[in-house]
Amino acid sequence: MNKTVLDLWVGLFVIAGIAALLFLALKVGSMSAVNTSDSYEVVARFENIGGLKPRAPVKSAGVVVGRVADIRFDNETYEAAVTLRLDKRYAFPKDTIAAIMTSGLLGEQYIGLEAGGDSAKLKDKDRILITQDAVVLENLIGHFLYGKAQEGAPQ
Amino acid sequence: MLKRSIENLGNRTIQGVWRIGFAARFFLTMLLHSGTAFRRFGLTVREMYFTGVLSLIIILVSGLFVGMVLGLQGYETLQTYGSEEALGVLVALSLVRELGPVVAALLFASRAGSAITAEIGLMKATEQLSAMEMMAVDPIARVVAPRFWAGVISMPLLAALFSAMGIFGGYLVGVQLIGVDEGSFWSQMQSAVDFEQDILNGVIKSVVFGVAITTIALFEGYDAPPTAEGVSGATTRTVVTSSLAVLALDFVLTAFMFRGIN
Repeated sequence: MNKTVLDLWVGLFVIAGIAALLFLALKVGSMSAVNTSDSYEVVARFENIGGLKPRAPVKSAGVVVGRVADIRFDNETYEAAVTLRLDKRYAFPKDTIAAIMTSGLLGEQYIGLEAGGDSAKLKDKDRILITQDAVVLENLIGHFLYGKAQEGAPQ
Repeated sequence: MLKRSIENLGNRTIQGVWRIGFAARFFLTMLLHSGTAFRRFGLTVREMYFTGVLSLIIILVSGLFVGMVLGLQGYETLQTYGSEEALGVLVALSLVRELGPVVAALLFASRAGSAITAEIGLMKATEQLSAMEMMAVDPIARVVAPRFWAGVISMPLLAALFSAMGIFGGYLVGVQLIGVDEGSFWSQMQSAVDFEQDILNGVIKSVVFGVAITTIALFEGYDAPPTAEGVSGATTRTVVTSSLAVLALDFVLTAFMFRGIN
């Protein structure tokens, strides 16, 4: 076979392969929705995080504004310390509420941020003070049954 | 009788150890003589045509059909839970993490690995390799190393093409044929697939498979008895051994890569 034809085919093959890799990186996986360089971290403490996992989205008003960077157990307060990595473009007031929510009935868990009214903004390494734990289905059913039993009990 | 069987066992063990040692020395020599493969890159490009470009058709067509079948089967299962939109995640993750590298490697082993073994085995049987040595041309540097690097470079490209084609097939069946919502198909896929954890690990896997398959194919060809029967046996062994090696390596790599992920 002619050498130039052969080179041409191999060149096309390599270009197609790299194009496929780029397609996978950019279209299939979001290469970097939140970049490490232009982001800041805040810590939120929860008594129960349910099934929250690292890399879960952090949403505000339904828009993804960051990701969960790290989840740790604090052995002094017996709470979960969740580090949130937020996009620098979005600033939140100091009294923002962090709540663990579930998308859909059986969907993945994420952290919802509800902005407060404070004029001071959250900075890097700040702490979100007001948090709302994950809803644990077993506890909910327990409360419900307990309430029902109370209702039916003779006074 | 007992003595004979113990002797047999010992003989087989010695043979096996000798073969492993020969394979390791062969691998090292190949790496040491790789300079030619890069200095005269034309040799490697030529081999990339035979291992990579000629494998394209089977890789692309298989990828497309694997993706389309994943789309159909995944839809059937996801439909029961009312989460058809997760079809994109299912197709993309299964292709990028496992099916892309593994199935592409199995096809590569049977399409290109067998050809490499047969070619080198026949070169040895017709004493072309000895003729090269007579002319002071090192057959490892001239024949073996370019084929090795061609396979190692081609394998990740083929696996990426397989995955991309499979995702396109899943898109065709899921979105165009069945009617899953296009926006959530892509956006759920993008939020679930991570570049480092999923795509990069898939590429690493395919590079490892490329090294394993081409090494086995080259070694079997180089080690084949110089007879018609010997070459045919070596070709068969290449496909069987490299397929098994791919599956075993895949398990080991997956255990290391995805152990920490929930």
